[in-house]
Amino acid sequence: MNQTREFHHRIDDALHNDQLRSNFRSAMTGVMERRAQQFPDDDQLQALREQAQAVRANSLVKQPELLERLEQKLTENGIQVHWAEGSEQANAIIHGILEAAGAKTVVKGKSMVSEETELNQYLEQRGIQIIESDLGEYIIQLAKEPPSHIVMPAVHKNRFEVAELFREFHPDIPYTEDVDELTQTARQVLRTRFANADAGVSGVNFAVAETGTLCLVENEGNGRLSTTAPRLHIAITGIEKVVEKLSDVPPLLEILTKSATGQPITTYFNMISRPRQPNELDGPEAVHLVLLDNGRSRIRVDEELLDTLRCIRCGACINHCPVYVQLGGHAYGTVYPGPIGIALEPQRLGLDQAGTLTSACTMCGACAEVCPVKIPLPKLINRLRAESVNEQRTTTPLSGRGSLRKPSEATIWKLWSRLNSHPRLYRMFTFAATRLRWLTPGKLGAWTRYRSAPRPARQSLHDLARKEGFSNE
Amino acid sequence: MSDTRDTILSRLRTNRPHAVPAPDVYRKPLNWDREQCITSFTERMQAVRGEVHRVGRNAWIDWINTEIPCRDMTRALIGHGAIAENFAAGASAAFELTRYDRKIEEWKDVLFHEIDFAITGSLAGLAESGSLVLWPDTSEPRLMSLAPPLHIALLEADRLYENFAQMIEQEDWADGMPTNALLISGPSKTADIEQTLAYGIHGPKALITLILE
Repeated sequence: MNQTREFHHRIDDALHNDQLRSNFRSAMTGVMERRAQQFPDDDQLQALREQAQAVRANSLVKQPELLERLEQKLTENGIQVHWAEGSEQANAIIHGILEAAGAKTVVKGKSMVSEETELNQYLEQRGIQIIESDLGEYIIQLAKEPPSHIVMPAVHKNRFEVAELFREFHPDIPYTEDVDELTQTARQVLRTRFANADAGVSGVNFAVAETGTLCLVENEGNGRLSTTAPRLHIAITGIEKVVEKLSDVPPLLEILTKSATGQPITTYFNMISRPRQPNELDGPEAVHLVLLDNGRSRIRVDEELLDTLRCIRCGACINHCPVYVQLGGHAYGTVYPGPIGIALEPQRLGLDQAGTLTSACTMCGACAEVCPVKIPLPKLINRLRAESVNEQRTTTPLSGRGSLRKPSEATIWKLWSRLNSHPRLYRMFTFAATRLRWLTPGKLGAWTRYRSAPRPARQSLHDLARKEGFSNE
Repeated sequence: MSDTRDTILSRLRTNRPHAVPAPDVYRKPLNWDREQCITSFTERMQAVRGEVHRVGRNAWIDWINTEIPCRDMTRALIGHGAIAENFAAGASAAFELTRYDRKIEEWKDVLFHEIDFAITGSLAGLAESGSLVLWPDTSEPRLMSLAPPLHIALLEADRLYENFAQMIEQEDWADGMPTNALLISGPSKTADIEQTLAYGIHGPKALITLILE
């Protein structure tokens, strides 16, 4: 039960932090409005979602062939492909490439997969300086915090907190709380880093098998700089990001940017198919792609849970989650927060490690309604809830199944099930419950701390209906 | 390493989900004429603080000569090819021209810290999203549209597509991609501090599109 206790502590901390809650409330309200403005016509939105879902589902079915084709095309194009089972192996591959190139300084574009592998810590421990170049990521790197959102990593910080961080780390630059001036400070500081870095690391939004193309979506230009200015570029991505055709890209790009931040398109869409060619004057001389599994191929075993892998990491489910908006991202304690985190992390890390996250869901369904690739998130979360207390063994390779099962809870539900499936027993129960209603306890633990205890009515609904002349049939 | 590859691929093959129908090719025909395309392109660009000006085919150099010195920008970066040659021939004496004629490693500091603006062409424009399409190459390398604080891009008025889907289909992009292909929709921006939009974070602080008619 340790994971549950720790989770409850983090929830408690988050709920008592008024500043944090107001930062999240205002940010999420804004981003929800901006998304809605991008989809004025519901029919068009639904058609685009169908298309995006079909593209992602198709690429998952053909995944092994597409990955082979991607590897073949990238190799033909001169991009070197590496495969990694888990975080340690991925980090070691990247470190090996940097070491072979004598690279000591790295600029990194935003990548959630690199958060998954904790690449920064790995490289720092080995004497390599790695600087996050996305403004939000740079802020939280200074603060030594993990991202609290997969698209807006520093959304939990307000400008005064950012100003304080900049004062601490850049004391020679005049103090300011103005957002434009803070942005210019970051430009000034990071520009020298881009110009001098030995290597750039980035994630990938879509990898196109047909042409061997790595696609990156961004607004700041830090992704383009990280993948263009240094001599060496290493991209890392999850194996599920492959798509079959170049024509699969436009619908995904459109629905990704609209769903994520309510923009019709981001400032830059960067498509990389080759390292610098002999006559070209810039761009990296070597490009590598690390394909990371990290439990993804295991998720495929189950046809229902497979839907998790359609995700294009837009964060819309997170923005619309009534639980996330109260807690913020850090309370989840995992790399991916919010509904997609609740669905993905227990599968990736095991129910015994992260199964308790499934309790942070009201089953309201807002996430599934906005998901651009129509992942049935509440259904997946409900399934994982059931799996975390399930004692039966099935072939689905979910680790930690049944780890949250409590004998008392299991007994209560068994009784409940028996009561509701045996009419005579049920009648006896309602007869007793209505007559002996005064025996209902007034204190029910946490439930009655802020609420009155529920008490059965004098007459059951069945009795009332019978009196009104309704037949049970 | 190849062991890992084979293990992952074989696991993916063993755990194969049920087949699904292949997706249709995404098309979103808008049936816009040129004027509608220009209007939409301009509106979308301006919405993200991109400047758009319609100028005569031979008037763009005059436009730059008149407008840019007022912005206190003098050091211009040009590449090679028709655009660069024409500008070199007609540029005002107020400008100091630099050519992108060396490998980036030989002059990174100058490019990152001293150049004021760069002039490039573009392959096309996308009307619906207000995007410039660039295929940087030897004559106009990748960093031209990224490192200097101002990027001026020329766009032929008859090179506007309705959207990305239409362009990649009609121009058969799948038959061969360049080293780098770019969609650029406005100057660089961020909203990472309090969701407040701020322009000019790492890429150009300003983007001017000159539509040549």
